[in-house]
Amino acid sequence: MTSADEKSPIVIDAPDDSFIQMIIKTGGPNVQNCYQCGTCSGSCPAGARTNYLVRGIIRKALLGLKEQCISAPELWFCTTCYTCTDRCPQDVKPTDVIKAIRNIAVAEGYMLVPHQKTALKVLEAGHAVPLDKESWEVLREKVGVERVPPNASRYPEAIEEIRKIAKKTGFDKLVEEKEEKKEE
Amino acid sequence: MPKQSFYHFLGCIIPHRYPSIEAAAKLVFKDLGVELLDMEGATCCPAPGVFGSFDRVTWATIAARNLTIAEAGGHPITTGCNGCFASLWDTNHELKHDDELRAAVNENLAEIGREFKGTIEVWHYVDALYSLVGLEKIREKATRPLKGVRMAIHPGCHWMRPKQVKKKDDSEHPHIFKEICEASGAEYVPYKDELICCGAGGAVRTADVKTALDFTKQKFDSLLEAGGADVVVTPCPFCELQLDMGQVEIQKFFDAEYHFDILHVMELLALAFGHEPEEFGLTTHLQYMQRKNQPNWKRLGIEARA
Ligand code: SF4
Ligand code: SF4
Repeated sequence: MTSADEKSPIVIDAPDDSFIQMIIKTGGPNVQNCYQCGTCSGSCPAGARTNYLVRGIIRKALLGLKEQCISAPELWFCTTCYTCTDRCPQDVKPTDVIKAIRNIAVAEGYMLVPHQKTALKVLEAGHAVPLDKESWEVLREKVGVERVPPNASRYPEAIEEIRKIAKKTGFDKLVEEKEEKKEE
Repeated sequence: MPKQSFYHFLGCIIPHRYPSIEAAAKLVFKDLGVELLDMEGATCCPAPGVFGSFDRVTWATIAARNLTIAEAGGHPITTGCNGCFASLWDTNHELKHDDELRAAVNENLAEIGREFKGTIEVWHYVDALYSLVGLEKIREKATRPLKGVRMAIHPGCHWMRPKQVKKKDDSEHPHIFKEICEASGAEYVPYKDELICCGAGGAVRTADVKTALDFTKQKFDSLLEAGGADVVVTPCPFCELQLDMGQVEIQKFFDAEYHFDILHVMELLALAFGHEPEEFGLTTHLQYMQRKNQPNWKRLGIEARA
């Protein structure tokens, strides 16, 4: 354990509110309603087993500590169960705030490799969990449905449309860049 | 009443990993006189916790593309996955209420010659069964009630939460999913952690499967403390994967071994409606494939299969 004198306290003269404005714009409009009661963390099944503290992340966000929020690995332990959202007395919608912070993290290059791979699968196959082995087709046959379902697994033009969307939104770049970084 | 028709949104996990749910859903809806239409060229919903966490506008655009397929045909959508339901229902809702997002999404969709119009509704199977078909009709069709089968339920999260937006059920004291499951004739067994998340969502399973499984383990332990159950029923294939295959994974990661049979609510109803397990391939659940075993037929009250 670090003792109190070894820690450097955060000095906040004028909190930088640009991060809060980003969160509000990215899907967490009620973030400033938070009065730090802790109902969210007290209800959180992710916090019960990891160092993820939803109230703490919201507090840091309110203080403008962007880097600390977006670089925290525990940001990715939220299962988006929405229990906190249903219980928050201030209608902060903490789940949406966390998702907004994740969006900002990803835009700034904080994306875990397994997540990037899953995203790539959607661009490659139209599905995050694709029909990528013959054995899955055999499984389908066994239960009495057609070998290839009538989704993007059967219609390559659907995958083409997803790629066009990703290109338009710049999502393809977000996913690719990470791969290049890895290869360096 | 004219015959109800839905576009059947399959998503990824049902058609690609747990096709027995797809087969069971087809049997059940047919028995209930509801028509399911193929949704040609539908893609990943896309996964709300994953894509929604990466880039909200891309997530909403891909989901909206799926919605436009149903809009073109003029029928509502139904899906048997909490995650798919979350992406499609939430996007439909948000685009109907948020002009800025709608403009951004439609600008993206224009690139592929599509437009979100907001003309259809999205229903979870549970929702469609409860509100449009009705419990009475389901009970009527349950010609092989699963009498004496001790049934625990795992409702999962995204069908009913966030409750103020979804307005489907009271997420602290939900009753709808339970009542549908009880229509099978099985006996409901409560347990303390019934309402906690299975652990798979929010991109957690993808990033750290052990942490995800720790949630699942807590649920199983809570269920055992309550005296155990013959079957655990869920309305979601991702929860089903986590609870079913998760048992095999838990054995690897933790020093613990569980043997629960996990059913999607469509598989439960197919059995209660008198269908045989081989009609929809119940034994193809990944738990059984990997453990090379079979459901506990005796506990399910079904005669042993060869
Ligand atoms: S429950 Fe709501 S108000 Fe309370 S700490 Fe969490 S986000 Fe803030
Ligand atoms: S949505 Fe996330 S932060 Fe909220 S209770 Fe669930 S796991 Fe915790």
